[in-house]
Amino acid sequence: MAVFGGIITFVGSIFLLLGALGIVRMPDVYNRMQAGTKATTLGILLFLAGIAIGHIECMCIFRILILILFIIFTNPISSHALARAAHHIGIPLTDKSVTDALAEDESEKEEAIS
Amino acid sequence: MADILYNTSAVLALIAIILAAWRLLKGPNVADRVVALDVMTIISISLIVYVASIAQRVIYLDVAMVYALISFIGVVAIARYLERGL
Amino acid sequence: MINGIIIVLGIIMIASAFMAIYMRSLLSSIIAAGVISLLASIIYLLLAAPDVAMTEAAIGSGLTTVVFLYAFNKVKGRGEDNHG
Repeated sequence: MAVFGGIITFVGSIFLLLGALGIVRMPDVYNRMQAGTKATTLGILLFLAGIAIGHIECMCIFRILILILFIIFTNPISSHALARAAHHIGIPLTDKSVTDALAEDESEKEEAIS
Repeated sequence: MADILYNTSAVLALIAIILAAWRLLKGPNVADRVVALDVMTIISISLIVYVASIAQRVIYLDVAMVYALISFIGVVAIARYLERGL
Repeated sequence: MINGIIIVLGIIMIASAFMAIYMRSLLSSIIAAGVISLLASIIYLLLAAPDVAMTEAAIGSGLTTVVFLYAFNKVKGRGEDNHG
């Protein structure tokens, strides 16, 4: 049981490392945010689940379950608020990006008002 | 065997926190730094849970919960400040 | 293992402290001060003081960052614009 939990924890830590590597390597803010949020959420889910499986005798599985639920609910919310704020203060997209739906939507809304 | 896997996972998490700190130090503008802060907080929660598992204390998990809540409030406050002022 | 974690986090804390002093943008300095408090909380936890770690995470990272942002929003109108 402990070896099984250790393997799950190891896979989760590999996802954490890949998320941090995406933070360093990606070209602009939005790509960094996507890599840093998705990979890190899956990584910490596997990491905490592996530790809870490996130490099943200490009766701490309910606290780790509450922690996992809290992180799953709050991590995308903070990333979404941050992406909207970064688009609002005018940080440019990278040259390879093909579309910007939020800018088109806001320009259409301004035309409808005026 | 299991201890080797857990220690290797902690070492990989430490390497990840060093990479996120590099982006925090180097990032061109404020949004990059806030993204790096968010990722560093998530990896720090995993380090706290690892320390709780090797110290065999349940109360350390409460510290991890407070840590997650406070970091969420901080990131949302910075995003709201960037969008329209606090 | 514990000693290695303490050394690595201490080096990152020193780098963040220099960044908080020498950075030109004031908002980046506020973020660096928040990072110092977050890492200090983990080091308190590793030195077996969970109550001090909880207080440091709540006061140092949450309340201080919000109060700094509030004060920076109040004084931003006068002087040059440091936004970004």
